Parts: sequence; structure tokens; C-alpha cells
Amino acid sequence: MVAGLTVSERQLALLVLGLLASGGLAMAAAGRGDPLGAHGFIVLIISVALAFLVLSRYHDPEPSQERLSEYYDDPTRVGIVLAMIWAVIGMFFGVWVSALLAWPELTFVDQAWASFGRIRPVHTSGVIFGFGGNALIATSFHVLQRTTRARLPDQFSPWFVLIGYNLFCIVAASGYLMGVTQSKEYAEPEWYADFWLVIVWVVYFAIYIRTLMRRKEPHIYVANWYYMAFILVVAVLHIVNNLALPISAGSAKSYTIWPGVQDAMVQWWYGHNAVAFFLTAGFLGMMYYYLPKRAERPIFSYRLSIISFWGITFMYMWAGSHHLHYTALPQWVQTLGMTFSVMLLVPSWASAGNALATLNGAWHKVRDDATLRFMMVAAVFYGLSTFEGSFMAIRAVNSLSHYTDWTVAHVHAGALGWVAMITFGSFYALVPWMWKQERMYSPKLVEVHFWLALSGTIIYVFAMWNAGIIQGLMWRTYNDSGTLAYSFIESMVAMHPYYIARTVGGLFFLAGAVVGFYNIIMTIRMARRGAAAPDSASDVPAVAVQPGE
Amino acid sequence: MGHAMASGSHDPVTGRQTTGHEWNGIEELDSPVPRVVLFFLAVTAVFAVGYWILMPAWPTGLSYTKGLLGIDQRQLVTRQVEDAAAARSALTNRIATEDFVSLAADDQVMTYVRDSGRTLFADACSACHGAGGKGGPGFPDLKGGSSLWGSDAATIAETIRVGINSAHPDTRVSQMLAFGRDGILERDAVLAASAYVRSLSGQKLTNVEQGRVETGRTVFAESCASCHGAAGKGQPDLGAPDLTDTRWIYGGDAQSVHASIYSGRQGQMPAWEGRLTPAEIKLLALYVGTLGGERP
Ligand code: HEC
Ligand code: HEC
Ligand code: HEM
Ligand code: HEM
Repeated sequence: MVAGLTVSERQLALLVLGLLASGGLAMAAAGRGDPLGAHGFIVLIISVALAFLVLSRYHDPEPSQERLSEYYDDPTRVGIVLAMIWAVIGMFFGVWVSALLAWPELTFVDQAWASFGRIRPVHTSGVIFGFGGNALIATSFHVLQRTTRARLPDQFSPWFVLIGYNLFCIVAASGYLMGVTQSKEYAEPEWYADFWLVIVWVVYFAIYIRTLMRRKEPHIYVANWYYMAFILVVAVLHIVNNLALPISAGSAKSYTIWPGVQDAMVQWWYGHNAVAFFLTAGFLGMMYYYLPKRAERPIFSYRLSIISFWGITFMYMWAGSHHLHYTALPQWVQTLGMTFSVMLLVPSWASAGNALATLNGAWHKVRDDATLRFMMVAAVFYGLSTFEGSFMAIRAVNSLSHYTDWTVAHVHAGALGWVAMITFGSFYALVPWMWKQERMYSPKLVEVHFWLALSGTIIYVFAMWNAGIIQGLMWRTYNDSGTLAYSFIESMVAMHPYYIARTVGGLFFLAGAVVGFYNIIMTIRMARRGAAAPDSASDVPAVAVQPGE
Repeated sequence: MGHAMASGSHDPVTGRQTTGHEWNGIEELDSPVPRVVLFFLAVTAVFAVGYWILMPAWPTGLSYTKGLLGIDQRQLVTRQVEDAAAARSALTNRIATEDFVSLAADDQVMTYVRDSGRTLFADACSACHGAGGKGGPGFPDLKGGSSLWGSDAATIAETIRVGINSAHPDTRVSQMLAFGRDGILERDAVLAASAYVRSLSGQKLTNVEQGRVETGRTVFAESCASCHGAAGKGQPDLGAPDLTDTRWIYGGDAQSVHASIYSGRQGQMPAWEGRLTPAEIKLLALYVGTLGGERP
């Protein structure tokens, strides 16, 4: 990988790693006795190790000019593997968190780091940012180049984004275990990690713009609209929600600048749009490329793509307050959140419908090809979870569903059924292309993974629907004396069987991810052993490629 | 440049034209937006506008549109809470004002106490006292009446109000001294007292223990009777438990009894005044009385 960098890129890499190492050193010094110091050491060690890696190949010859007549896919390859590693870690923690809810004593070690409150965010960040984020970065670089027929603008910045992003994930996850958190869901990492992510994200956006500016196609394909919306909006959300003042330069702790209910509103404006632009827009970008590619069918309707894109981007922005129904948030804000959420259903279903209608003429492939089936099922779950979401956003419904496992069912219908399935489907399409193989190492294992994932999702979601509705009803049932009929602990007892069922479903899903990871690794090994498929002549950038700026 | 631009090609499956754009093999059909999409867009938009007209919706600088229905969630919930309180007030007022004897004799009151006390107890007390008040190591069983401070409703209400060894200024205070650890008694005396205590509740003793009982009787009379009473029946005004029954807070086996005497005990029960209303405290006191079990 380093050998692929030009000498000036190697120098740039060393410079950046040097700066990063000094940053780490400064953190370690300023934050002695504070988790900030521990994070300083992590940053220092990682950047020094990477610097050694660069140095070890520093004197390799310059890469040949011929590289410019090929797409730059190394970051995508590494990103795929990283995404799968995070998938396994994140879902392992998911299963653990789930088991803890059924058997609270399962912390094994009886240490603070193993407590529910600390490992739960390792799960959520591990799957959303570790797995989802790496998958988005990896696929976006691939899709961007193929749909613009332009090579990435240079070879350093994609690595900066990928590695820098994973550094953020590592600092985040290790921080949770040490008790570092802003106590904002999906925005737990503290100020220094947030600051770093802004830098990474700006470079990511710049790669997109620079490549698009050099595109050899007259039009920008839909997938890129979605990826760009994802990058741009996440940047805005991230910055606004994380505005905070550290208590000192040597401390990991900070306080948000947002007071009271405004903090809640900003947080859920962020939270919901993280769902919208991270877990939805980015993955729609993925879907819009890999699904028609795999099905070998044209997109059902270009016009439908346009109205769903603008519908989704416009309406999601208003919907965040549906997370705060019946709270101190003024009612008019709740009204807006609710009504826009209801309208949002239409463009959401339009996207799901557009995907499914694209499969017309390819349904026999869906039947035979587990990869395409992953994507088809993802579109169905996308439709399902958005319908559910719009329904739950209605105040009267939310008064039943809020605080219950119904929300968790909705989350995972989206997360497992949509986000994870579209990713797995896309990876199974992408991996053979990336490693120049005719197919995955074992198509049978793809099939196995599909059924594990589908049954795991169904068990999970049904268990949590039941659990949530029972909880919601138990909490609002009154006896003849006009007082609550059930105590909280009774509702917990009632949850026990469902929590066990959810753990089983989660284990299925995790097992599927492990099988997928194995299959991908074996495909890579197949490629290493030299079983290369004939290179597709069309998978190259437009001839007039310019060297990077 | 890509393939043919403006003019698309024909897709045999759907019979539609493509737009003519192509990205690495992906094309798009020029299908119109299905009617049903536009229909539902209109329906949801009409719903939204209707809802905005009826309910608080759009900000207008310092205020907001109040909506034709004049609904306000804050007023609504305040009213609902008041209504519910009013519906229950007939009974809660009686509980707050009448004395325990007349309350306990009234079926209607006691039905209410059983219904409402069950969840209140489970939410506030079960975390320590266990489901149904059955207790656990360190937390007394409330089913068979009191072993510490007394089991009439007024005493229980007072215990709930001020707590035991709590932060409340009027808290009940009690302590079982650490006779062994603090060197008040010799090792052998502690062992002897331990054996004697176990004999009081008629437990099966080992031979070794049997040999210690007589010494233990003396130790008990000298060091323990002041609190636990000469017969070991306990003294409710000191919160010292009856040691002759089979109900234990910390356990009646040799090891637990020895630990109680060697290291001492000082259980803590939080005060509930301020966290529960006086009526709720009285209700719970009555409820604890209904928990059943064998009454001493
Ligand atoms: C944090 C734990 C805790 C909670 C919560 C708690 N208790 Fe207690 N309670 C105790 C302990 C410990 C004792 C025994 C204190 C001692 O050993 O001296 C006790 C003692 C009592 C006693 C005295 C028993 C006797 O034999 O005289 C009563 C009555 C009682 N609790 C009722 C309640 C009620 C009613 C509630 C709910 C409102 C409640 N407790 C909540 C820990 C708790
Ligand atoms: C100053 C008063 C006092 C003296 C003296 C005293 N006790 Fe206690 N004892 C208590 C109190 C109060 C408790 C209840 C402690 C609690 O529940 O936290 C208690 C609890 C116990 C228990 C635990 C009962 C159970 O249900 O688990 C044993 C056993 C016991 N005492 C034995 C003795 C013996 C033996 C002696 C003499 C060596 C003795 N006590 C002297 C006040 C006293
Ligand atoms: C092996 C599969 C998985 C299992 C067993 C699992 C389990 C769990 C559990 C037990 C919780 C905590 C629920 C609670 O606190 O009550 C949770 C929360 C969450 N999980 Fe998962 N999960 C899995 C996969 C995923 C994936 C793949 C994603 C995302 C892509 C995801 C996203 C989330 C989110 C966003 C939450 C927070 C939900 C909320 O706060 O409402 N999970 N998960
Ligand atoms: C039309 C689209 C959607 C709407 C209107 C919607 C609406 C909602 C609502 C009303 C809640 C519950 C809020 C609460 O009561 O606390 C919720 C929670 C959530 N939704 Fe959706 N949803 C949509 C799509 C999705 C999708 C596709 C995902 C993808 C994974 C998703 C992920 C989540 C998550 C993670 C939460 C939990 C947030 C928390 O931690 O509390 N949603 N959504």
C-alpha cells in the first residue's frame, strides 16, 4: 500500500503522522491521570507505528505512471475488511448487551468497563460508525470512481480519511470503556475526538468534490447525490451538536454550550438526522449502485429518484422532534416533527419502491442469487422501518411506543434489515470485483449468511415488537382503584423471555456476520494465490486521466 | 464521454425508454412518477396542513400559532392529573385523615390499599425488601410482622417516614456492636454467645456448639440482654431483634450469627418523608400489614 504512494505523498504522510504523534504526545502530557492522557498514548502509538510502516517502504521506487490508468481501490479493499472487523466486534457487543438485559449478572469480570452503561455505546458506535461508517467510506470511493470515470484525486487523502476515521472509532470505543462520554446518544465521544472527526470529514468531502469536478460523465449519478448529502449533512450535524467547552485542556470532560431543552432538541435533531443521513442516505447511495449493477437492470424511474431524494433531504430535517413528544419541548415543535415525519413516508416508500421495481425483469436472479436477495430484503426492510417510523412519530402512537422496546424493534428493523443487509449484499457484489475474482470463495456460505441474517432479524424484531407493546400496555394499565396495575419490575419480569429470544436472534445475526467475514477473507486468499479472473476491460477510468493535483 | 446522450434506448422488459444517461453500465428508465406516489404525497400534505390549522404548529417570532382546537399539552396533562387525583380523593383523603384502626376495619379502604399498595410497594420497596416483602440477607422479611421496631401500623408508618440509620433528623437509630472486631469480647466468648443464640431458636447444634452453650448463656446475660432482653425476645424500642424465632435478617446459620456478633450490624433503611406523601406512607403501612405470613 505504501509502495503505491508517490514519494511526495510518502513525505506528506510522514509529516501528517508526525503532527498527529505530537498531538498525541501533547494529549498524553496535558492529560496525565485523565482518560485524555490514555487517549494521547493511543494516538501516539498508532501514529508512530504507521510512520514506521511508511518509513519501511520509503525508499521503494516511485509507483509507475500506469497506476493512473486504473482506479485507486486499495482504500476500498482495506475499508471492506475494517468494516467487517467492526461488524464482528460491534455485534458481539450487541449480543453481550442483549444478554445482560436478560441475565444482569453476565458482566463476567465485575469491572466498571464491563457494565451495561459502558458497553452499550461500544455496541451502538461499533456497528453504526465502525461497521456502517467504514462500509460507507469504502463503497463511496468505489462508486464515486465508477460513476464519474475519474480516479480519486490523489492517493494520500483517501488513506487519511479511512485511517483517520478508524482512529476516531478506536478513541471513541476505548473512551466508553474508560467512562468517557458526552452522554449524548450516538454523539458520545468527547471534544478532542469530535474535533479530529471534523478534520477527517472535511478531507472526505474535499475528495468527493475534487473527484466530481474531474468527472468524465456529464451527469452526476443518484448514488453520488446521496453520498454527498450524507457527508455534507453529517458534517453540519456533528459540528452543531458537539459544540462544547472542555473543562480544561488537560481533561476529557466538556460541557455542551446548549442549555436545557434546546440541548435536547439539538441532540435529537442530530440524532434523527444521523439516522437519516448516516443510516439512510449513505446506504441509499450504496443501494442505487450495487442493486442495479447486480440485477443488471436500469433504475425503474429517474423521476422517482429525484423526488425521493429531495423529499428525504428536505423532510428529514424537520423530523427530529418526534424523539421528544410529550416532553418539555414546546408542543408546536412536536407538531412540526410529527407532520413532517408523516409526509416523509411518501419519499421513503418511493425509494424502496424504486428499488423493488428496478428488480422487475430480474426476479429470477433474486431467487437464485443470495447477494441480490440481500439487497432486495434490505429494500423491503427499509420500507417496513420507515412505515413504522412514520407511524411511531404520531403523538398518540408514540405515547405507547416511547421508552419501550418497540423503539428498539424499529431501530433494528432498520439497522439489521436495512443497513446491515444492504451492506452485506453490496460487499458480496463488490469483493469479487475488488479482488478480481469471478465470484465469492463460497456462494453457498453467502446463502448461509443470508438465512442466518434474515432469521436473526425476524426473531429480533418480532421479540422486541412483542416486548415493546406489552411494556407499553403494562405501563398504562390502571386497576379499579385508579392506580397503576403493574409495577415496573413486573414489566421487567414480563420482558425476560423476549430478551432471551432477542439474544438468540442476535446470535444468529452475529454468526452470519462471522461467516461473511470468513468468506471475504477466503476470497482474498484465493486472490492472493493468484486465481485472477480476467480483468473487465470496462472497469478503468476514462482514458484522459490526469495525475492527481 | 459516455454513451449516447439525450436519446434513450428501449427497455424490452418494461417497454419504457431509458433516459440515455449511463454510468458504468447503470441506466435509468424514464418512467413517470407513479400516480399513487403523488396521491399519497397530497394526502399526507393535506393531513399535515389540517393538523397545523387545528393544533399549535408554526412559530411566529415570540409566539406560535395556537391552533383552532385550543389544545395545549401542558394544560391537558395538568388537568388529567388533577382529574385522576380527584377520582381517587375520596379514599386518599380518608387514608390521610382517619386513624389506622378505623381504616383497617373498612373493606373499601383495604381493597384500595391492596390494589394501590402492591405497585407502590413493588416500585419503592421491593428493590430491598424483595418481591412481596419476603426480604433477603440484610433486608428484613416484612411478611411476618416486625422483628425490629414493632408491627402496628402507626409504628411501621413512622419507620417508613424517618427510616433507620438514615439521613432524616428524626431517624430511628440502632446498632449491633462489633463485639469481636472491636475487642469487647474474647474470641471464645463470641463463639459461646454465637452457640447460645442459635440454641435460643431451637436449632440443631453441633457437639462443639453444645459444649459452649452454658458459657454463652452467661455472656448473653452480661453483654447482650441489655438490648435483646433477658430471654432474647428483642426490644422494639431499640430496634433489637427477637433472637428466639426463626426469622433472621442476616441469617441463623453458625457463620452468619458469628459474623453478626463478631463484626456488628447496622442496617440502613432510607427515610421516605418528602418522597412519598403522608397518605402514601399510611397506605404502605396498612399494606405491609396485609403482606400476611405468620404473626408473632
Ligand atoms: C435501600 C433499601 C431499602 C428500601 C428501598 C426500603 N427499605 Fe425498609 N428496610 C431496609 C433495611 C436494611 C431495614 C432493616 C434495618 C435494620 O436492619 O436495622 C428496613 C426495615 C424496614 C422496616 C422495619 C421492619 C421491622 O421489623 O421493624 C419496615 C416496616 C420497612 N423497612 C418498610 C419499608 C417500606 C414500606 C419501604 C418502601 C417505601 C422500604 N422499607 C424501603 C432497607 C430498605
Ligand atoms: C446496643 C444494643 C445491642 C447489643 C448490646 C447487642 N445487640 Fe445484637 N443487635 C442489636 C441490633 C440493633 C440488631 C439489629 C441490627 C440490624 O438489623 O442492622 C442486632 C442484631 C443481632 C443479631 C442478628 C439478628 C438477625 O436477625 O440476623 C444477632 C445474632 C445478635 N444481634 C446477637 C447479639 C449478641 C450475641 C449480643 C451480645 C454479645 C448482642 N447481639 C448485643 C443490638 C444489640
Ligand atoms: C448482533 C446483532 C445485534 C444485537 C444482538 C443488538 C442488540 C442491541 C441491544 C441489546 C441494544 C440495547 C437496547 C436497550 O438498551 O434496551 C441495542 C441498541 C442499539 N443497536 Fe443493536 N444489536 C445488533 C445489531 C445492530 C446493528 C447492526 C446496528 C446498526 C447498524 C445496531 C444499532 C443499534 C442502535 C442504534 C441501538 C440504540 C437503540 C436505542 O437507543 O433506541 N444494532 N442493540
Ligand atoms: C420515515 C422514516 C423514519 C421515521 C419517521 C422514523 C421515526 C422514528 C421515531 C418516531 C422513533 C422513536 C422516537 C422515540 O419515541 O424515542 C425512531 C427511533 C429510531 N429510529 Fe427511526 N424512523 C424512520 C426511519 C428509520 C430508519 C430507516 C432507521 C435506520 C436504521 C431508523 C433508526 C432509528 C433509531 C436508531 C431510533 C432510536 C433513537 C433512540 O436512540 O432513541 N429510523 N424513529
